[in-house]
Amino acid sequence: MEKKTIYEIKSLYRDNFRVTGYIFGSGKESVCIVGNTRGNEIQQLYICSQLVKKFKHLEEEGKIAKGHQILVIPSANPYSLNIKKRFWPTDNTDINRMFPGYDLGETTQRIAAGVFHAIKGYTYGMQFTSFYMPGKFTPHIRMMKAGFENVGLAKKFGMPYVVLRNTKPYDTTTLNYNWQIWETHAFSIYTTSTTQVDKDSAQMAIRSILNFLHKEGIVEYHGHEGYVSLVVEDTDMALVRTGTAGIFEGLVRVGEEVSKGQRLAHIIDPYEGEIRETVYSPMDGIIFFAHDEPLTYADAAVYKLIPHELWAGR
Amino acid sequence: MIKTIASIGLPVDEVLEIKKNRLVPEGGEAEGLKRISIVTGIHGDELEGQYVCFEVVRRIQAEKGNLSGIVDIYPAMNPLGIDSITRGIPGFDLDMNRIFPGHKDGDMMEYLAGQVITDLTGSDVCIDIHASNIYLTEIPQVRINELHKDRLIPLAEKVNVDFIWVHGANTVLEATLAHSLNSQGTPTLVVEMGVGMRITLPYCLQLVDGIFNLMGELGIWQGETKKPRAPIISQNPEDVSYLNATMAGIFVPHVKHWEKLKTGDLVGVILDPLRGEVLDEIRSPIDGHLFTIREYPVVDAGSLIGRLLRERHPLPGEDRR
Repeated sequence: MEKKTIYEIKSLYRDNFRVTGYIFGSGKESVCIVGNTRGNEIQQLYICSQLVKKFKHLEEEGKIAKGHQILVIPSANPYSLNIKKRFWPTDNTDINRMFPGYDLGETTQRIAAGVFHAIKGYTYGMQFTSFYMPGKFTPHIRMMKAGFENVGLAKKFGMPYVVLRNTKPYDTTTLNYNWQIWETHAFSIYTTSTTQVDKDSAQMAIRSILNFLHKEGIVEYHGHEGYVSLVVEDTDMALVRTGTAGIFEGLVRVGEEVSKGQRLAHIIDPYEGEIRETVYSPMDGIIFFAHDEPLTYADAAVYKLIPHELWAGR
Repeated sequence: MIKTIASIGLPVDEVLEIKKNRLVPEGGEAEGLKRISIVTGIHGDELEGQYVCFEVVRRIQAEKGNLSGIVDIYPAMNPLGIDSITRGIPGFDLDMNRIFPGHKDGDMMEYLAGQVITDLTGSDVCIDIHASNIYLTEIPQVRINELHKDRLIPLAEKVNVDFIWVHGANTVLEATLAHSLNSQGTPTLVVEMGVGMRITLPYCLQLVDGIFNLMGELGIWQGETKKPRAPIISQNPEDVSYLNATMAGIFVPHVKHWEKLKTGDLVGVILDPLRGEVLDEIRSPIDGHLFTIREYPVVDAGSLIGRLLRERHPLPGEDRR
């Protein structure tokens, strides 16, 4: 294992900002794994730390195939982690909206450029990222339809779902999109949580990456093979919205099977304690995303469901 | 007439409302009247538009007989942001100017964005007033996406700004209010001026004069108007030069905003207060006008210090003056 500073800038009063990478194996730049780019992505950081530990053991045991190099960057943004701020400390910009970056541009453009310069040549790129809405996900691989996505490869992770979504204008500055443009097979990996460590889904993500690398002949790994992934278009999922705002009492969890008409949540009057609204499932399906904050706004998408028919018709 | 164009209940004993003030001629609304919409406050930390809205309403009410069209004033697109000194939408950490055109069946913010678009659609012209951010001061200017320049430059020339900046198409900007409205046929000018969290009175009054001039041209205002200043129009990306900090420190400017600089002139210095050292001198790379200057002193490597508009002699037939 080689520990290497990928990118570094000086601050006036803080310690230097450093992006640190861990390199395993040698030869072709095969796999790059990136953890948090935002300061609240603790689960993403944790998973990468566990991967560094795992790859270190695999390397010591000679289980990384010759001719393959693996780079893990647990954090592309330690500054924001240390002050518990989601975006860049001084100007609140999002590093994951700055790719491919610009080395003569503004600070986060420079960071994105410095990181991207180091990681753009890899065959496979995996990023642990997060959604802007607070909630828990069923673990899945997410791919943007940028024209280069390879669903067959994504299924090799053995995650329960592979989700495909159309590219939106703001996606064009994400790491995932730019990796694809530079011909890296890019995968965004979502586990259950973001701001808290969730060990079960972290372990699932670690196993899925090791499974993938084993199938691609990059590491030797014999563990649980995971799932036969269901490929779902984001637009095929059903959104369940609240009609009113108030205290949110979720009655079901991510991954749970629900029936049409089943109660999913209560919205409680925050002063008088009465149930203002009961949120019902519009169909038979599986809870893919669940809101997990104690308050909710009106019209908020508190659940995403994978319709049963998709899953039954596989 | 004050009207709520969108409202949504918040979790605890509060309703979020986006309001507008519709000013109509003394004879009331009638078929065929022209309509101008003045929008501001999409970013909660940009306040220059607050005074512009106030002053437009005040002048109209003082000479109501001169109003011959409809004026819609939307001072607070992001009321929660303005109230909490938050640029984006509080609670979502989301830039409101990246969620347009929104959707009536979308989540809370998409719904609000959709309602805003619905209400603004059909205006003969819309002016979306921004105030840079807390880091940079801007000379009064209109920014135009090159896709819409033919329609918008003639309007922008009437609003009394110093500078019209025609910039390249940018995919990310497709989700802005202005792009959404322009794409569907409602001409929308984006004004940038001043600095975040402050009101720069001379700039506000300059723009108000320009808005009344435009209203006069459109037949919305019959009162006296002032001839607008002739703006510099930049359509060539190479006209604009960016100054970025080379290292972290405290930036202190040595020049004034909109000053004409020669190549090599000292723009400012980056200091290290701990060691009492000047870390770097920022010098002008070209001859030009400094139309953006850094206001907030703390800089990281890469922080924008300023923007210069290259000094060029107008050529015959060239779209500048």
